[in-house]
Amino acid sequence: MTLERPLALAPAKRALELIGADLTEKSLRLHLEGLPGVDAVGLEQRAAGLGTRSIKTTSKAWALDTIIRLIDLTTLEGADTPGKVRSLVAKAMNPDPSDPTVPRVAAVCVYGDMVPYAVEALGASHGDPAKGLISVAAVATAFPSGRASLPVKLADTADAVANGADEIDMVIDRGAFLAGKYGVVFDQIVAVKEACRRADGTYAHLKVILETGELNTYDNVRRASWLAILAGGDFIKTSTGKVAPAATLPVTLLMLEVVRDWKRLTGERIGVKPAGGIRSSKDAIKYLVTVAETAGEEWLDPHLFRFGASSLLNDVLLQRQKLSTGRYSGPDYVTID
Amino acid sequence: MSRLAVPKTYKLYIGGKFPRSESGRTYEVATREGAFLANAALASRKDARDAVVAARAAIAGWAGTTGYNRGQVLYRIAELLEGRRAQFVDELVAAEAVSAAVAGRQVDTAIDAWVWYAGWADKYVQVAGNGNPVSGPYFNLSTPEATGVVAIVAPQGATGSLLGLVSVVAPAIVSGNTVVVIANQASPLSAISLAEVLATSDVPGGVVNILTGSPAEIAPWLAGHADVNALDLAGAEALAWVDLQIMAADTLKRVLPPENGAPSPSLERIVALTETKTVWHTKSLI
Repeated sequence: MTLERPLALAPAKRALELIGADLTEKSLRLHLEGLPGVDAVGLEQRAAGLGTRSIKTTSKAWALDTIIRLIDLTTLEGADTPGKVRSLVAKAMNPDPSDPTVPRVAAVCVYGDMVPYAVEALGASHGDPAKGLISVAAVATAFPSGRASLPVKLADTADAVANGADEIDMVIDRGAFLAGKYGVVFDQIVAVKEACRRADGTYAHLKVILETGELNTYDNVRRASWLAILAGGDFIKTSTGKVAPAATLPVTLLMLEVVRDWKRLTGERIGVKPAGGIRSSKDAIKYLVTVAETAGEEWLDPHLFRFGASSLLNDVLLQRQKLSTGRYSGPDYVTID
Repeated sequence: MSRLAVPKTYKLYIGGKFPRSESGRTYEVATREGAFLANAALASRKDARDAVVAARAAIAGWAGTTGYNRGQVLYRIAELLEGRRAQFVDELVAAEAVSAAVAGRQVDTAIDAWVWYAGWADKYVQVAGNGNPVSGPYFNLSTPEATGVVAIVAPQGATGSLLGLVSVVAPAIVSGNTVVVIANQASPLSAISLAEVLATSDVPGGVVNILTGSPAEIAPWLAGHADVNALDLAGAEALAWVDLQIMAADTLKRVLPPENGAPSPSLERIVALTETKTVWHTKSLI
């Protein structure tokens, strides 16, 4: 019998504080596998229960505006063009041209090579969503599969940051995670976080996409969430939107429980972003309820919660028009994107 | 040995499915003498909204088929109606308190009207369209095309519920429109039986959506709905139909006025629910 030499991991601040100075793959695995298992039936029942709340009239109007403020308006197609990005940005700045009271979305989310066009189109409106401006998020690290070598992923990230991206949506290496190589995943997140560093020493926000549809079990989702937070992620995001199932309410609830626990443990607040598959206002309102009931109402803030969506915005606008006119609206009255 | 009675549950017909009303409401359908016949679903505004969504989704497929194909699909419905003739006669006898002979004549007239309209599917364009005279070397052609989602209030008379429904639905769908129709409130049962015929025919789900319930409650929501393209008020005589017309005008809908009884078959009814598209093309480059 030979003793496996402990493999030292990249020294991430949070992991060092929580796990201790002997940060190795083994100690990380012991920590992640020591997390309590998820009660799947209880989780799904809780999520279903949160989905039954009836939100009407003024509460609904507030919820619709909040949803718009939390949207990362997304286009992630192979056929994206600079023109399409410009029209996406125009929609982000002024979602409903017939109603100037509609708030702006939080960010636009594009592929890395489209970042310069998004930044240019935004102009003076580019900035922090808390100030009513719009951020630019870029997907990086060989999105959506994540199947590329680390130098390629880092170059992808650094390029997007240099072009002016405020937020980086990275994908984890699901293959390594499922093979139990938590250390590989951890080191990659730490390295990507470092690649998010700008010339002036500040960091672009890092959203870590877990791609929960490929993680198979709720236990894995909980482990991956902890792993991403320990490695330095600012946000944990459910999915790329390219794999079914994408975001589901139980998975989002589970991730919100992790960030709630992290807040209790350290006082630090981590963001959550469900992405993909949320198409109707009704679904989105269920997510708002889940956030408010799990992590707390302070999480209903663009710095702590986002919807990754493209068609959701149109449905919210239709509902908003219905509330303001009292009549049902139709798809002819919102822009096609 | 006596058998257990198996009463039929009459539900709505939306998007090719038979849901209960979202509201969970029902109302009692009675014979003209007041005896209980059945419980029918009392549709709400949200059922109307869902029906419009289903109708909108069905437009591309239905309007995209050729007129020949639509004609065949519609004729097939007439074949199925013929096969279910006895059921319709029984329902009409019970609901409208007419003799079997009178009910039979109504069913025959309805089937004949359906066949008449089916025949127009591949012909109305030639008759209503036009090659326009122009003073240049090009063609200029006008053709009628489906207008989109048509909301209909079916005739609400004490008799003729099946014929009334057929007389308003058939001319709308011939050209490729999809419809949301509010059935006769007092005798809606034959409308749901017609839905069963449609569901087992080749008509795609969502082309015809049938709501049972109160026209006074649902019609304003359809008249004001921005995703409805035309409004047929054939059975709206007892409603405040001028208000409905004003609401419809806000979103530039085509509107057909109330009728006295079932409108008789006419090409005008088909053309009234179409939009004219005019295109030009060069005659030749020589």
